[in-house]
Amino acid sequence: MKFKTFFLQRVLAWALTIWIGVTFIFFIPRMFPSSPVESMIAQMTSRMGNLQPEQVQALQKQLSIQFGLEGSLWEQYVSFLWNGLLHFDFGPSLMSYPEPVGNIIGTYLPYTLFLSLFSTLVAWLLGNFIGLLAGFRKNARSSKILEGIAICIYPIPYFLVALVLQILFCFVWRVFPLQANIKLSADFATWFGSLVWASILPAISLLLLGTGWWIISMKSLAGTTAEEDFVMFARYRGLSEATIGRSYVLRNSILTQITALAMSLGGVFGGSIMTEIIFGYPGVGTLIQNAILQADYNMILGTITISIVAISTATLIVDLVYPFIDPRIRYS
Amino acid sequence: MAAFKKFWKNANFRLKFGLIVTIFFFILGFIVYYIPHINPFTFSTYDKGLGASGAHPLGTTSQGQDVFWLLIEAIHNSLAIGLIVAAIGTVVGVFVGLLSGFAGGALDRTLMIITDTFVVIPSLPILILMTSLMKGNATVILMALTLAMFAWAWPSRQIRSMSLTIKERDFIHTARFSGEGTVQIVVTEILPYALTWSLSNFMNATLSAIGSESSLAVLGLSPGNLVSLGNMINWARQYNAIFNKQWLWIGSPIVATVILFIGLFMLITGYNDYLSMKRGR
Repeated sequence: MKFKTFFLQRVLAWALTIWIGVTFIFFIPRMFPSSPVESMIAQMTSRMGNLQPEQVQALQKQLSIQFGLEGSLWEQYVSFLWNGLLHFDFGPSLMSYPEPVGNIIGTYLPYTLFLSLFSTLVAWLLGNFIGLLAGFRKNARSSKILEGIAICIYPIPYFLVALVLQILFCFVWRVFPLQANIKLSADFATWFGSLVWASILPAISLLLLGTGWWIISMKSLAGTTAEEDFVMFARYRGLSEATIGRSYVLRNSILTQITALAMSLGGVFGGSIMTEIIFGYPGVGTLIQNAILQADYNMILGTITISIVAISTATLIVDLVYPFIDPRIRYS
Repeated sequence: MAAFKKFWKNANFRLKFGLIVTIFFFILGFIVYYIPHINPFTFSTYDKGLGASGAHPLGTTSQGQDVFWLLIEAIHNSLAIGLIVAAIGTVVGVFVGLLSGFAGGALDRTLMIITDTFVVIPSLPILILMTSLMKGNATVILMALTLAMFAWAWPSRQIRSMSLTIKERDFIHTARFSGEGTVQIVVTEILPYALTWSLSNFMNATLSAIGSESSLAVLGLSPGNLVSLGNMINWARQYNAIFNKQWLWIGSPIVATVILFIGLFMLITGYNDYLSMKRGR
């Protein structure tokens, strides 16, 4: 198959995933009996006392427009796809009215991307490296201990690891401040320093879990590959263990790990949302939590749409890189 | 009993360890749970903020609830949610996978596009959207159904590829030529294969459902009256158990969750190793 066909197929699958996902999040809220407009009005009346019926009606109309609930379902759907998906315009945020949702997400998204991409990549490299060594020397004591540690950390949910780290390092030993404090308006050096300081604990908790998984899966892959006939043949040829590890075992097992990386991105994103919330790190996770607390539906829809687009795109990129690394299955 | 002895002899360390931990939690959640006790959810049943003692093995909360019975109730509910979600996910997944693998053609392609989408789509944001619309008013069943939406895709993908390979095996052709219909072949020939694998997936789905529920609970999105492991951690955080150094209150659900998850995970990997060993590898 030509690269062009392969490329088009993947891009089509990417577009389809985003479309199905976004259609899903468009229709879910509309299937629920509770309408955001009604709950918003209820909130306002409880805050400001009773409103006149005309005021309520005007408010209803106004809010319907802002929530994109005007017109028939089909019109709403088309305008949601057009404005939201293609222009990232989700209307004004209700918690910091009238700032558009898109702008706010634009300020927070880089922090999440920085944290999650950095820790995913480091965890992948580190975990695969350790896993390769452990799998290559399957029966050594050190590899068994390493795998044991990985098995005891990996299954724990993200937020729990974050919570335990927070209790230990922020309450008991008081090494780090309780809530991340990033100096947004300071000069570059101060800002960057505070960013790194605030990212240490979240990054460690993401790294612990991620690395654990890559160690476990790489160990079992490398262990199986190391017993293949061609590895034995390489040994008979007198190649050094380092060469065998690098060009025979690693090259054959890393391919599976690249596909696995693409599949894991969604989970990593969910994990980084939870980690951010525990540490108060200023990213999309914290934004989502505030939006939930203040019932800012535009913001919830916006963050979720953008997460789906971001994750699908990251998956697509990993997928497209794959044939350049695997010489056998090129373009298929 | 003899069969169990043989199994135990062949089982690897992880399978044994995982099985013991899991059984321990099931005893806590489904047997100890039924020992008569005062509803642990009611506030001010006991004195507030007591330490550990004979009457309250894990002390009491600052709301005057008994931590031990709260924990037992939480384990019961978390396991129940996990099992319901895993059951729905596995049944739907096996059905869709078999249908897709055997039907082929346009139906197969359509089903697989939808399945693939559900495999890669980030589930947590969508769960957040749905549960935030329910605003903590959801019932346990509704919560389980919501979580189950993301539990079927992975098994259905696996079962499909499994049925594609089995479909071409000789014994299936034999069955077909001896006049068995497709439904009968699926039920009597393929399902047994799918089920051994599904058991491992079932445990995995239980684990991830309990994990998702507790993540949502920490966001305050799990039903407010549901005593689950996640909600218990969330409440302890809300009532400043960490600031007040009530380590038993915040610590016991954390430790229980961690041990349960490690146990379940060991059970899964141990079971998979055991299966591949049985296949003679």
